[in-house]
Amino acid sequence: MKQSRRNFLKFAGISAAGLCLTPAAGALASGKAHPIVNKAHLKAKRWAMVIDTRKLNTKEQIEKLADACHHWHNVPKIPTNQDIKWLWDASYSESFPEQENNHMAEELEERRFPLLCNHCEHPPCVRVCPTKATFQRADHIVAMDYHRCIGCRYCMAACPFGARSFNFMDPRLHLDMDNLNMKFPTRMRGVVEKCNFCVEKLAEGELPVCVTKSEGAIVFGDLTDPNSPVREVLRKDFTIRRKPELGTEPGVYYII
Amino acid sequence: MHYGGKIIAGLVIFLALVSLPFWFNLGSAAYKQPQVELPKNEKNCIESKEYMRAHHMQLLNEWRDWALRDGERTYINSKGKEFTISLQKTCLRCHTSKEKFCDKCHQDAGVTPYCWDCHVPPKEAK
Repeated sequence: MKQSRRNFLKFAGISAAGLCLTPAAGALASGKAHPIVNKAHLKAKRWAMVIDTRKLNTKEQIEKLADACHHWHNVPKIPTNQDIKWLWDASYSESFPEQENNHMAEELEERRFPLLCNHCEHPPCVRVCPTKATFQRADHIVAMDYHRCIGCRYCMAACPFGARSFNFMDPRLHLDMDNLNMKFPTRMRGVVEKCNFCVEKLAEGELPVCVTKSEGAIVFGDLTDPNSPVREVLRKDFTIRRKPELGTEPGVYYII
Repeated sequence: MHYGGKIIAGLVIFLALVSLPFWFNLGSAAYKQPQVELPKNEKNCIESKEYMRAHHMQLLNEWRDWALRDGERTYINSKGKEFTISLQKTCLRCHTSKEKFCDKCHQDAGVTPYCWDCHVPPKEAK
């Protein structure tokens, strides 16, 4: 066959098309291994929590929940101001500084309020994270990817709820290494950590640790589902959220 | 050649220095692949031995993004079998000794993966 420019272009075109097809064919032939979502996992469009502070309001009660949460997630107890906290307690004026009134009910002044990460709809921590180590999942849980955290602490500066803790030292120095929860890793020095709404438990179809330990005082569910337990409680009782004027739309509601 | 002697002497010294590692290792035993302890109750890993040997780091890298960022915590391997995506709950359940399995090759290859800074290796039987 005589070599002509026309023939050359024809074959060049065919071989270029072949080049485009081979990766696709290869992927079809070999790429069978893939991940899927656990069948048992709990699904929601927007996870939310309602805490009934009429039932859950003493230091002891909240400490019990915090201990369970901290043990499950291998959170160390460091007896200085470098302590790590996922769940802690505070007074009314500390929890709701802008919603404080004069001459408050005495009983309310004595109440302690369980605080945790609010898993906001518009999380400022996610917006400022330079490495996307903290990110918002599709179900609005604000999660941490400790593999990516570089410890810059922008997120701690951005969070208006003080929900984040920095590991100034190796947390394992303050953990009972014989009594670790082997189902959850620890963290390393130099990363920021916080409550994760127990994503690892939701993935296996279980409710968060504090919810199961609260004996009904904490309700957890999908905020977008009108039949969810969360919406049922919200319909019945008056609730407030922390620092609503900031517009972060927290996902934790408090019945007063 | 004007500086012949100096050039040749320099070349000899250069060659001796460059080939020093070869002289240094002359006569020592050949490299042997480390003998790792395989799990006693499991015959097969999640993928073939050859694949795991060459690609376990890529696999673990993919696993961590799938589980954590995408929320996909079940792995379907190339044979269609399901595994939970978890270093601690899946890998380390069979490979119960970090010292006799992981460390052997890592030390040989001179790599120190920082997985263990957070993920808890199983307790070594003493």
